[in-house]
Amino acid sequence: MPAHVTKKRNKYLTAGLIMTGTAVLLGILAFFWTPWSTTAMSASERFAAPSFRHLFGTDNFGRDIFSRVMKGMGTSVMISALVVLLSASVGIFLGALTGYFGGVLDEIVMRVTDAVNGFPSILLALVVISVLGTGRQNLILSLGIVFSPSYIRIVRSEYLRLRDADYIKRARLMGVGKGRILFVHILPNILPVFWVSVMIGLNNAILAESGMSYLGIGVQPPDASLGNMLSDAQGYLQTAPWYALAPGLAIVWIVLGFSLFSEGIRRLGE
Amino acid sequence: MKKKLCSLLLAALLAMAVLSGCTDGTGESSENNFSAVVGIQQDIDSLDPHLATAAGTKEILFNIFEGLVKSDENGNLIDAVAESHTVSQDGLVYTFTLRDNVKFHNGNAVTAEDVKYSLERVSGLLDGTPLVSALSTIKSVDILDEKTVQVTVESPNTELIYSFTAAIIPSGSGEEEGTSPVGTGPFSFVSYTPQEGIVLKKNPDYWQEGLPYLDQVTFRIVGSAETALMELQSGAIDIYPYLTDSQAQTLKEGNTHQVVASPSNVVQALFLNNAVAPLDNVLVRQAILYAIDKEEINEYVGGGTGSLIGSAMLPSLADNYVDLNSVYGTKANVEKAKELLAEAGYADGFDLVIDIPSNYEFHMQTGEVIVEQLKAVGINASINPVEWDTWLSDIYNGRNYTATISGITCDQTPGYLLNRFQTQSSKNFINYSNAEYDEVYLKAQAEQDMEKKAGYYKQLQQILADDAATAFLQVPGNMTAISNRLEGYKFYPIYVQDMSTVSVKK
Repeated sequence: MPAHVTKKRNKYLTAGLIMTGTAVLLGILAFFWTPWSTTAMSASERFAAPSFRHLFGTDNFGRDIFSRVMKGMGTSVMISALVVLLSASVGIFLGALTGYFGGVLDEIVMRVTDAVNGFPSILLALVVISVLGTGRQNLILSLGIVFSPSYIRIVRSEYLRLRDADYIKRARLMGVGKGRILFVHILPNILPVFWVSVMIGLNNAILAESGMSYLGIGVQPPDASLGNMLSDAQGYLQTAPWYALAPGLAIVWIVLGFSLFSEGIRRLGE
Repeated sequence: MKKKLCSLLLAALLAMAVLSGCTDGTGESSENNFSAVVGIQQDIDSLDPHLATAAGTKEILFNIFEGLVKSDENGNLIDAVAESHTVSQDGLVYTFTLRDNVKFHNGNAVTAEDVKYSLERVSGLLDGTPLVSALSTIKSVDILDEKTVQVTVESPNTELIYSFTAAIIPSGSGEEEGTSPVGTGPFSFVSYTPQEGIVLKKNPDYWQEGLPYLDQVTFRIVGSAETALMELQSGAIDIYPYLTDSQAQTLKEGNTHQVVASPSNVVQALFLNNAVAPLDNVLVRQAILYAIDKEEINEYVGGGTGSLIGSAMLPSLADNYVDLNSVYGTKANVEKAKELLAEAGYADGFDLVIDIPSNYEFHMQTGEVIVEQLKAVGINASINPVEWDTWLSDIYNGRNYTATISGITCDQTPGYLLNRFQTQSSKNFINYSNAEYDEVYLKAQAEQDMEKKAGYYKQLQQILADDAATAFLQVPGNMTAISNRLEGYKFYPIYVQDMSTVSVKK
């Protein structure tokens, strides 16, 4: 029985690692090198079908879609990573304080997160964007705000569970400082749960970023992002299907990769 | 058991027959279907012809209403409600003689009283607010006899006659026009459903013998460009005048529609705010004009259907148009652009934010091409998409921007586009200011001789080009899909859908 589990868990993890690995590596590579320029246009090569010259074909401006998908993956992954970094940091900080100390602060923070959770997430991000204006920083900020409540809640519930554990009680009796208890004694013990939520968060952030760019309020053209490529490609579904297919498949690839990866991590922890 | 099965099968067959009968009746054209459906992009802003301002509404109302004169497909004016008209030597008195056989949709004949009422309503003589600003110059409307109306204006203006296309409505009907419009056009109003469309039926008493051909015309609002294509292919709409390049390609393959390209009446430009650094420097503006490759833009964004322009005039207004594409060339001249930038002190380029109304895919795509072209000369441009309302309030009216891409819709009067570049004009949102220009414009306004007037207009276009006031790009082409079962659709140099000459092929 254990052998069987081990085998299965490896499959999820390896598949996830390979998929996310290629996406992230290609994405990072795109910031330094792409086979073609991501913005250079070519009138003679508009709507070229996929070939060895242009792996995923070219778009309505004759730009190489493979290069743009690479850049788009890089942009999407980078933005999602920053969103998760932002919201997870907020989550750890507020979650730890509220979970460990409780009291008035806990009450206030929880009601605020309730309020934030009350709105559909994309809608809330839209509102934040319309107040702050479009642009990458604002996109990261707005998605960060939207994603924070779930981290606060997860971290808070873990701290609630552990704050009365025997080893924490002892640490308190021994006079260990509060900061040390919070971030040195408890934090490492919530990491397995936390990593899974980070992975799921990355997944959601990539989808959210693509959605926002698709709606035209995320990454602005001519910069490539998977979402705005999809939205541009929409008009050419019948004449150049590869244009929509490429960024679409890239999103599926990344999201599936992260899902498998997080599932693998979850099973590792069991 | 067998019997049961039999009857069940029979029932199923019957049901199928009924259902297929249904589709025959409502979907594809059956033999006696003398109607057409036109797809439109946006809802109607008012059914009252004097209050409607949106171009998308006026193109429909063209079928319901007529003025004393109306436009034909060549951009010329023909007499409509009036049988003939004369203008006095000094240009101050217009005399219109009415046709005998023009009737309103309610059956009443058009009288001089109706004309007087309509003109007084649009000119503001009735209640003080002019509804067509050009006609506010009307001093009085007098009825000479029951078929003759005399209009006196304050100052001569040879382009004023174009404004007499304003609709003639029954005397005293101003209040009702918004809900049940009555005019003299080839089609009469049947019903209007907000968000859905408007239905018109044939006017049997129309004064032009034999017209219109169709019994019924429906203008249906089509949600998005994507659904338009599907509705065209399914036959739900017959005519759609706003195809994108890619849709046109798809439809051409299908062989069910003709796709016809025609020049629009929109001037597309990269508008440069002449009052904001660094664009206040003429060298910088010239550099931008040299850097832009208009041929490329036309090819990428319009599929080559646009006509390139070098100044503010529609090429279709041939008498007044002068081709100024050669001033900065239609291709990019990177060397020259860099030279000018260096001379202006921007050898290393600068950052430029281009605001673009995000609901216009066409302008957004143009923006992408321009950003790339400016990059080649060292200008680091970026696109900032803005909502249409914001664009109107902040950029067009607030003039709070550096550069923007948009289009200006023109009417038939040649001076319309040039008017806005006078220093004091409220529509001068690029903050252009040139004393010589203002002077020549005033001269053009006062000139009675059409040839001399055209000469002044050409001079004005030249000044705008020399000053690199703004980067005029092109007059985009309109791509219209017309179902193969229809014929006789006419293209106008102005924004109208004339359905009176459309008929079903025999």
